[in-house]
Amino acid sequence: MSTLHTVNKSPFDRPSLQTCLRLAGKGNAVLLFEDGVYGAMQGTAVADTVKEALGNVSIYVLGPDLKARGVGEDKLIDGIKVVDYKGFVDLTVENDKVNAWL
Amino acid sequence: MSDVKKFMYINRKAPYGTIYAWEALEVVLIGAAFEQDVSLAFMDDGVFQLVKGQDTTELGIKNFSPTYSALGDYDVNKIYVEKESLEARGLTLDDLMPLKYEDEDDDWAEKDSIRVVTAAEMAEILEQQDVVLSF
Amino acid sequence: MKFGIQVNEGPYTHEASVSALNFVKAALDAGHEIFRVFFYHDGVNNGTRLTTPPQDDINIVQSWSELAEKHNIDLVVCVAAAQRRGIVDEGEQERNGKDANNIAPGFRISGLGQLIEAGIQCDRLVVFGD
Repeated sequence: MSTLHTVNKSPFDRPSLQTCLRLAGKGNAVLLFEDGVYGAMQGTAVADTVKEALGNVSIYVLGPDLKARGVGEDKLIDGIKVVDYKGFVDLTVENDKVNAWL
Repeated sequence: MSDVKKFMYINRKAPYGTIYAWEALEVVLIGAAFEQDVSLAFMDDGVFQLVKGQDTTELGIKNFSPTYSALGDYDVNKIYVEKESLEARGLTLDDLMPLKYEDEDDDWAEKDSIRVVTAAEMAEILEQQDVVLSF
Repeated sequence: MKFGIQVNEGPYTHEASVSALNFVKAALDAGHEIFRVFFYHDGVNNGTRLTTPPQDDINIVQSWSELAEKHNIDLVVCVAAAQRRGIVDEGEQERNGKDANNIAPGFRISGLGQLIEAGIQCDRLVVFGD
């Protein structure tokens, strides 16, 4: 069964992203939204962890939350895909369940 | 109810600093009446919820930790604690409350509800769930 | 597809309510059904009609009420969480001898069983919180 994991916390505030990536099954999807979008940026202290995880899971980031925070798509780690709210809904449909890492 | 789903309650927050732990437990107690296949997972600061010896008398707020010991009576007896989260916090199984249940399939033998599992095992348990409730 | 939504945080302090609103709108636009939105923890504060945000800001409570009316969505405020936080409907006002109620249009107060039922009935449960 495939899972969509949602992460809405900055990885510099809480370990939600790190824990999510540790416990996400192979082939699962991870969506970064709200303050979670900061985990998608290049050159941060968690970027290597995120890049490594891209070999195991697909990572998406919510565009409207990126824009609100002034994070340009050119700042994102390669391989992370930007989705809008419709894309968020589609991800919940494509996967069998949603696990929110609050 | 005909279709039984696998419900997982994920607990990742410490008790008392916020109300999430207690209100999550309230959901588990109500949910037990729906006869679904229920599991609880404790990871990150959620493992602090199960620590022995909680005493809130000097705070003047409710100590809800005894409620965890009653979960066995509600047929909630699959309580998974992530080993990595315990270790990161300097805890071992001995630091946690001994939660028990009586196994009706084994002549009501008393068994431990808490199972310490590795991250890899926890990942597998999460994969098997139908509904994940997070608090 | 049938969706259940859980909202754990109040409006304005956390983004959770806005995220949930946007998700619900996008799901409806895509032709999905929202079976129920369940408000828990401080999320019950989404259900007070006494909210008066500045005019240049989003009125989150009103947005829920309008959405509920337009799409016939079941907005359920958890009774246990609501009692702690002072969200009251007429029934609760009478039962607990309070001098007022504040539930917003389209919301109703009910038990935690409504959340479990959403988990059972829905194809997906999506949780928004802190």
